[in-house]
Amino acid sequence: MTGLYVAAIAVAVSIAFGLYRALTDGRIRGARRRDGDVRLGAEQLGQELGSSATFVQFSSEVCAPCRTARRLLTDVVKDAPAVAHIEVDAETRLDLVEQLNITRTPTVVLLDEHGVIRHRIVGAPRKPELLDALHEVLTRTAA
Amino acid sequence: MSSPQPTVAPKPIDPRGPRFGAAITSVVLAVILILGPGLPALILLIIQTIAFGLGSLVGLAAQPYGLVYKSLVRPRLNPPSELEDPRPPRFAQTVGLIFALASLISLVAQFAVLFYIAVGFALVAALLNSVFNYCLGCELYLLGRRALGRPLARIVSANPN
Repeated sequence: MTGLYVAAIAVAVSIAFGLYRALTDGRIRGARRRDGDVRLGAEQLGQELGSSATFVQFSSEVCAPCRTARRLLTDVVKDAPAVAHIEVDAETRLDLVEQLNITRTPTVVLLDEHGVIRHRIVGAPRKPELLDALHEVLTRTAA
Repeated sequence: MSSPQPTVAPKPIDPRGPRFGAAITSVVLAVILILGPGLPALILLIIQTIAFGLGSLVGLAAQPYGLVYKSLVRPRLNPPSELEDPRPPRFAQTVGLIFALASLISLVAQFAVLFYIAVGFALVAALLNSVFNYCLGCELYLLGRRALGRPLARIVSANPN
């Protein structure tokens, strides 16, 4: 009987966790409290920031949704010359991962023109929310 | 550009193959749990461990459930809308192999509680993979790398440039 209970619990946990992730993954989160202290630039990222905003995407080799995120972000920045997309390999940049406390890939952080984190997106991003967040950063930059 | 893409990318695969495999794995693991510690569960567990071992150590092309998909299921389906990198699902096989070995050792050593926990976790991972197309091991991967620290990460890294 024990096995049946364990199997039932495993099924319940999987469904609960899967639904939770399906609901929350890729949602825009605001910056964390300590994010304001961090200022990222070409020095750490190995690539110039966009003049208005920059998407920094943390990826890893074992991550399938990272590819979807890459495609989406490439598409978003294509028509926005002032916005850059920088992809960082989380495994080779564990220093940055620790500094920003990145827990899984893909995580995308949206930087403003000064390299300050304005938004975080954990999990495969969703395009409409991505555009909303970008719009918010760009209008704040302009204001 | 610090892109994680390697110089030579492995041949992409039909993403439905690993999901199909995860569905079979889920059923096998659920049956193992329901049977409970004993010879029938042991035999199934050995089969499952070999399946994970082939997928992880040899490659997805050698994974028996993937072969079933390729020969029996795929010919009846439309071609896949997109292909995926085989490295994430292969890593998932490795995670499965670790859990299967833990289950096997627990069973042989008659640690019933550990056996139920290990098979239970493996079942959660397999269900998330098959039902939600979600890779639990891939999520824990970065946390694991952070815990192990940098030196090991560099040794293990398949992409050392």
